[in-house]
Order: sequence, then C-alpha cells, then structure tokens
Amino acid sequence: MHTQDHEPDHDHQVVPPDPALRTKALESLLVEKGIVDPKALDALVDAYENKIGPRNGARVVARTWVDAAYRKRLLAVPGAAIAELGYEETQGEHMVVVENTAKVHNLVVCTLCSCYPWPVLGLPPVWYKSAPYRSRAVIDPRGVMREFGLELAEDVEVRVWDSTAEIRYLVLPERPAGTETWTEEELAALVSRDSMIGVVKVSATSGGKA
Amino acid sequence: MNGVHDMGGMQGMGPVQREQNEPVFHSPWEGRMYAINRAIGAWRKWNIDAGRHEIELIPPADYLRMSYYEKWLTRNIELLVKHGLVTREEIDSGKPAPGSAKAAPPLTLNGVPAALIRGSYMRPEASAKARFKSGQHVRARNMNPVGHTRLPHYARGKAGTVIRNHGIFVFPDTNAHFLGEQPQYLYSVRFAARELWGEQASRRDFVFIDMWDSYLERI
Repeated sequence: MHTQDHEPDHDHQVVPPDPALRTKALESLLVEKGIVDPKALDALVDAYENKIGPRNGARVVARTWVDAAYRKRLLAVPGAAIAELGYEETQGEHMVVVENTAKVHNLVVCTLCSCYPWPVLGLPPVWYKSAPYRSRAVIDPRGVMREFGLELAEDVEVRVWDSTAEIRYLVLPERPAGTETWTEEELAALVSRDSMIGVVKVSATSGGKA
Repeated sequence: MNGVHDMGGMQGMGPVQREQNEPVFHSPWEGRMYAINRAIGAWRKWNIDAGRHEIELIPPADYLRMSYYEKWLTRNIELLVKHGLVTREEIDSGKPAPGSAKAAPPLTLNGVPAALIRGSYMRPEASAKARFKSGQHVRARNMNPVGHTRLPHYARGKAGTVIRNHGIFVFPDTNAHFLGEQPQYLYSVRFAARELWGEQASRRDFVFIDMWDSYLERI
C-alpha cells in the first residue's frame, strides 16, 4: 500500500494524523461505547483549568510566612496542613515540603516521567516535562537555574529532589526582604509557580505569574 | 528498562524552553486527553505503574518527537486495547463493533470531586521488613531489568545515605506488570553530586532519590 505520501522503505515514518483529530475520534468512540461520561470529562478539564493550580500552593507558602505555627505543621505533616486551607485533593498525596534558607536551595524534578504535586501546583508546565529539564536538573542544577535567572552563591548547598516514587515535593521559598508589612494576600500574589519548583527565588518585585 | 525516558544526566538536549503565561492546556484536545486518561483509569483495568510503563514502551525516536499529550494518546489507545475496553478495529473505524453492548462509565459527573483525590500507594498495613535505617550508608544496586523500574540509571552502583523512611509503598517494578503490589519500604536516599557525576560537580550539591528497599544494598 504505497502511496505518493510516503516512501516505500520508510512506512514507519509516516506522519500520523493530527492528535487533535485522533483524540476527538477516540472520545466519541469511548462515549458511544459507554466507557467515559462526557460530562465527567468537562468537569475534569474545568477543575484543572480553573480550580487546581499554583495559586493553591502560593496561598500555602504565604500562610507559612505569616503564621509560624502553620509553618511548623506544614513541614511536619504537609498533607493535613495543606488540607486546612481547603485543598482536600492533597489528602491522596504523600507530600514532602522542603524549605529554602540562606544556605540551602531545593529544586524538584522527575527525571523518569513528569511527577508533580498536582493539588498544590496544578499540572506542570511543558518545560518541566521536557527532555532538557529532566536530563539536566540532576547533573547541572546550577546551570538550569542560571537559565531561569537565578545565580546561586558557591557556598549555598543545592538539594535536587528526583521524584521517582509517589512522594510529591513542594519547595517552600524564603520570604523576600522588604515585605515585613505585607498582608498574607499580597504575599501570596508574589509567590510564583517556578519558585515552588525551585528554579527561581521569590523577590518583592517578582510577581506571581509564572 | 534502559529506555530514553530515563533521562537524568543525559546531555545535548539543549536549553530549557520556557513559555510566558503558559496556558494549562495548549489546545482543547490536550484537556480532553488529560480527562480521558483520568476517566478510563477509573475502570481499574490497569494501575499507575502499568500506565507509566506503557509510555516507556513508545519507540525512542517517537518518544522524543511526540508532545506530552501525544504520548498520552498513544499510551491510552494501547492500554484500552490491551485490556479489552476497545478493539483495534474500533479504534481504526472510530465506531463501536456492530451489536456491542453499551457499558456504564465508572466515573460520572458526580464522582469527579472524589476522583480528583488520587488513590494512595502507601500500604502501612502490609508486612515488610525495613533493611535500612536513617543515617545508614547504602549502595544503589547495579541492575538492568528489561521491565519497569523506578531506579534511575544514573544512580545505579552509587553510594548514598538513607535520610528518611517514608513507610511501606506499592512496588512499581512488579505492579507495572500485574505481578502484585509486593509492598516494601521506601526511603529517601541522599547522593553527593560528586559521587554521581565526579569532580565536575559542586561538592555542595546533593541529589535525593526515593528508593524502594530492594533497590538498595548494604555497604
């Protein structure tokens, strides 16, 4: 079955149809067969587009900056402390919170796939799942952070957490200088997704967008 | 398996490409694929480890070329067919086989909030022996199984220190192949970057890897 579209000796290199079309075809087949409920699919998409994302983690971080007792609870029993803020989804996770200090900087990666703390950060950005990040975070963490604009001093200890199991890691960034009078909400707005993965720090001018 | 998915320490993959104001899904089909993945998982015909292994089975050149959700699409079609939820003919035709009965989906709208809480892989009630304790020096075994494993290639044969016992967890190496959960203790093990990468690494850097009991040996 050789056509003009592909060379006879390279059938396996034929570009498959558009994944969007294939996904649409798969969904309609699964719905027709009663394998999936389309309304459940709508609700799952909505949950990750609108409810579960890095703002959740940012609220957790900001709370630790204004409430020392909460910070203690979060480091000791992360799942329960995160659930206190209404993020029940964390209860199925085995969370570990790793704390940045002036002398220790933490960075999270999953070299084998894309493990990521969904309930507090939502779904990971493409770069986190990409070959460059997964390959380099463990062998050249300082170089990776430099690409994100973070230059760590030589005497800072770098701890890279490779998420090989079902433990999910959240980095607790340092509270930036100059924010002593800020409210919890103002602080939460500063905390970026990337700071909770560990590729950047939080600064009083950083803004919480990425 | 020593697949291309086991990327830690590889070189030549280029700089990290970031995207400003990245959307959760880059186009609607990605969201549908994410949701389909969760919804078909609710049939419990396979487990998370089998799902990860199915992605590892994607041929290396395809694995590197495909986008993340393209890999999920490929993986999910394979899982659906292997576990009898759909046939290859149905995938090809896009239509249910003539005369096939309509099933009732296990995940419906009302079940979504509960489904957002992932199942736990901890098995505190299981009987297992902790061969190692915090502070103990250990070595990651040199092993090269052809099946699924979560022991990254770059750590094999390297010496580290147990810093924490996480408790008893499902063992992916058997669970992925439906050979039972065989729960065992899971530890956080600290490796000096210089042990892993040699003199080029900073002596102040460490990599922490979660490792099951049978991945480790005494020194």
